[in-house]
Amino acid sequence: MARVVVDVMPKPEILDPQGKAVLGALPRLGFSGVTDVRQGKRFELEIEGDVSDEVLASVAQMAETLLSNPVIENYQVRVEAGDSA
Amino acid sequence: MRVGVVTFPGSLDDVDAQRAVRLGGHEAVALWHGDHDLRDVDAVVLPGGFSYGDYLRCGAISRFAPVMTEVVEAARRGMPVLGICNGFQILCESHLLPGALIRNDHRKFVCRDQRLRVENTATPWTSAYRQGAEITIVLKNGEGGYVADQPTLDRLEGEGRVVVRYLDDNPNGSLRDIAGITNERGNVVGLMPHPEHAVEELTGSGTDGVGFFTSLALASFA
Repeated sequence: MARVVVDVMPKPEILDPQGKAVLGALPRLGFSGVTDVRQGKRFELEIEGDVSDEVLASVAQMAETLLSNPVIENYQVRVEAGDSA
Repeated sequence: MRVGVVTFPGSLDDVDAQRAVRLGGHEAVALWHGDHDLRDVDAVVLPGGFSYGDYLRCGAISRFAPVMTEVVEAARRGMPVLGICNGFQILCESHLLPGALIRNDHRKFVCRDQRLRVENTATPWTSAYRQGAEITIVLKNGEGGYVADQPTLDRLEGEGRVVVRYLDDNPNGSLRDIAGITNERGNVVGLMPHPEHAVEELTGSGTDGVGFFTSLALASFA
């Protein structure tokens, strides 16, 4: 088993009202020094067997088809190191 | 005409849409998200609501419902398709319409009578209106901010594909005050405001929405 992580973030030019809400809440809670917050999504996919290039290509396709909307979001695919390799 | 109204899990306005279809002079045909069958309808309405709980992104799961395979195919062949609110979101996720709808810029759910201008009366859903008509119908959404890149927006404007535009205050941060658009062919229309809630004097802001449902008859005789 291996874990592949897909991070999905709103594109830089797309307004992120949720990130803005978090940014506004931080100073009210006494946290200072944060100049911007962008909120995204993280998907953890448990993969059968080894993570081959083919598997990564397939995950990229999942990210483009379903996990992200390429019109407003970017995604990144990475393999997460297992605890017991 | 036989006008199909799709019910997804979480659709809210399917019954209102069916009623509006009947008031427009058509037969309303209930379609189910899980069926690969359009039941010989002549047009399709994707109603408002929170299909699949808005999980992942609004419309993202519905776009892959079995019935949507048929709707996308029929739309590409030229069948009139109208997406209202969540239906608009589904049409964008399906890539039948360009752009996307994101959370309102002010982060609050908005529910109000909204003034609009009808800017394209060449579609089968808007031919009953006068070009430039100013109408008031209800708007209710949390994720109704229309976004697209600049070239796409310029193209929509240049080709007259902005169907309805917000008047007075922009209610959700939609770029260029866009409330609804159509595809290149003009048969697919999506809009955030709800014409199906403005078809009878008894409820709502009046009957300014009924034109969306009577237009089909004009289109079929054209």
